[in-house]
Amino acid sequence: MKIKQLSIFLQNKMGSLAKPLEVLTVANVNIRAMCMADTSEFGILRLVVDDPIKGKEALEENNFLVKITDIIGVEMNDTPGGLTNVLDVIKDNLIDLEYLYAFSHDKEGKAILLLHADDIDNLISVLNKNNITIVSAEEVYNL
Amino acid sequence: MFWNEEIETMSRQDLEELQLKKLQSTVKRAFEKIPYYHKKYSECEVYPEDIETLKDIEKLPFITKDDLRESYPFGLFAVDIKQIKELHSSSGTTGKPVVSGYTEKDLDTWAETIARGLTMMGIGEDDILQNTHGYGMFTGGFGVHYGSHKVGAAIIPISTGQTRRQIEIMQDFGTTGLIFTPSYGIHLAEVALEDGIDPKELGIKAIGFGAEGWTEEIRQRVEELFGAKAYNIYGLTELMGPGVGIECEAQKGLHIAEDIYYPEIINPNTQQVIGENQPGELVLTNLEREGMPVIRFRTKDLTKITYEKCECGRTHARMSRITGRSDDMIKVKGVAIFPSQIEKALLKVGDTEPHYMIIVTRPGTLDEIEVKVEVSNDIFFDGVKEMMSVQTKIGKSIENETGIRVKVTLVEPKTLPRFEGKAKRVIDKRNLH
Repeated sequence: MKIKQLSIFLQNKMGSLAKPLEVLTVANVNIRAMCMADTSEFGILRLVVDDPIKGKEALEENNFLVKITDIIGVEMNDTPGGLTNVLDVIKDNLIDLEYLYAFSHDKEGKAILLLHADDIDNLISVLNKNNITIVSAEEVYNL
Repeated sequence: MFWNEEIETMSRQDLEELQLKKLQSTVKRAFEKIPYYHKKYSECEVYPEDIETLKDIEKLPFITKDDLRESYPFGLFAVDIKQIKELHSSSGTTGKPVVSGYTEKDLDTWAETIARGLTMMGIGEDDILQNTHGYGMFTGGFGVHYGSHKVGAAIIPISTGQTRRQIEIMQDFGTTGLIFTPSYGIHLAEVALEDGIDPKELGIKAIGFGAEGWTEEIRQRVEELFGAKAYNIYGLTELMGPGVGIECEAQKGLHIAEDIYYPEIINPNTQQVIGENQPGELVLTNLEREGMPVIRFRTKDLTKITYEKCECGRTHARMSRITGRSDDMIKVKGVAIFPSQIEKALLKVGDTEPHYMIIVTRPGTLDEIEVKVEVSNDIFFDGVKEMMSVQTKIGKSIENETGIRVKVTLVEPKTLPRFEGKAKRVIDKRNLH
């Protein structure tokens, strides 16, 4: 159920994104979703790819610093207010999200929200209790 | 003008006789009173009676900063603590600091060397001397202080910082002499100019500066800004403090107080003594110290010495300004820093020692240090907050270790240059030598 996300340390300078993307291209690893957290000096590139282990190995062979982080994906309605419905549940249960990002895909009327919190198991149980659909990792890898 | 004309203009022959006598008694006292020397000299099978000429000093082994550190705190004292009147310690060193102990007579000897220097600079009883060197364990502040008392100048013990107050006091008190590190001096002048005060108008007669590297251009800039001559002061805590060498009016090298310090220049690689006017590492011996006689101390400072009589009339040897180090120490804002301290600081933050590089610059007039650290697995987290806190932690750890605030930059793994053999950890872009 947990999605293995790759977190990559990058310096914030021109062109720093090009190299890791090239490495993934050569390794034939496909990116499903990405987001970038940055400061003026450095950034953390977060990627969901079709084969996280292969992606990590390829990046590490090229001297990148990579961590695998567990995140979860939930399905939400791709309509105005869809995101708020999910976030309200999380907020009402006093869960502090570290970060989130979202993308929409082929599935009609649905979008996927990716979430990370320190206590991810607690997050999962709260979402389950509130009948929010958690998508399987394989579904996200193989979109 | 001389403070101690008899000694300062003594013929070389008389001076050398005096040095030999003092050297013999120093070595004898050290051997008899200090277990460190007793053990070390016995191991080398060299004894006080082997010192028959000045050249015989070369039979004695060197003493290094590490030896002094191992004797922390009082292991090299030749007298009982009852006779010690003051304790100082070197700033920002690796591991344990070096402690220096002074008897009443030592403080007087110290003051004597500074008094000679202040007189060379034209500072005397009519003067008001503003000492911006820090007062505390650092010897810069108190050394100048005692010497100023000796020549009868009025000393303002203001220490470093409070730049605007410094300027106000210069104006209100009518300061005639200044003691500062070159970079702080330039900063002081620039702040004054910003406030519409021309430092040239302040009536400064002479400036004594030291405690950090400088170039002839920096001296010229200081002299232009203040409209006064600036004289180099050299010294180190291990031997006593500032006053080992001070420049005279001629500004052609620093006169070493040779009746108090015996200088040698060695090739740092072969450790052989080399001749006059040859650049090498300065080695110093206390000829006149009760509390803690230091014999053949390797300063790691690179310079050269001339014994030619100076146009000022003094016969004491002159050393050129320090042109570098034979080790990897850097001086920033007057504070000595070793890459090993940065290493130690980094080890306190992560489990493994990361690859790092120290970059020293002087964008304006003040030194800046940037430490680039390659992020390793144990200090990489999937959160900006955590990474910022790693950055802050490294900065704090380095500040604790060195006393200097640095800019920490986290860089990707394997992006800093690698060197075969001994790593080059420091890039000094200040162009001081």
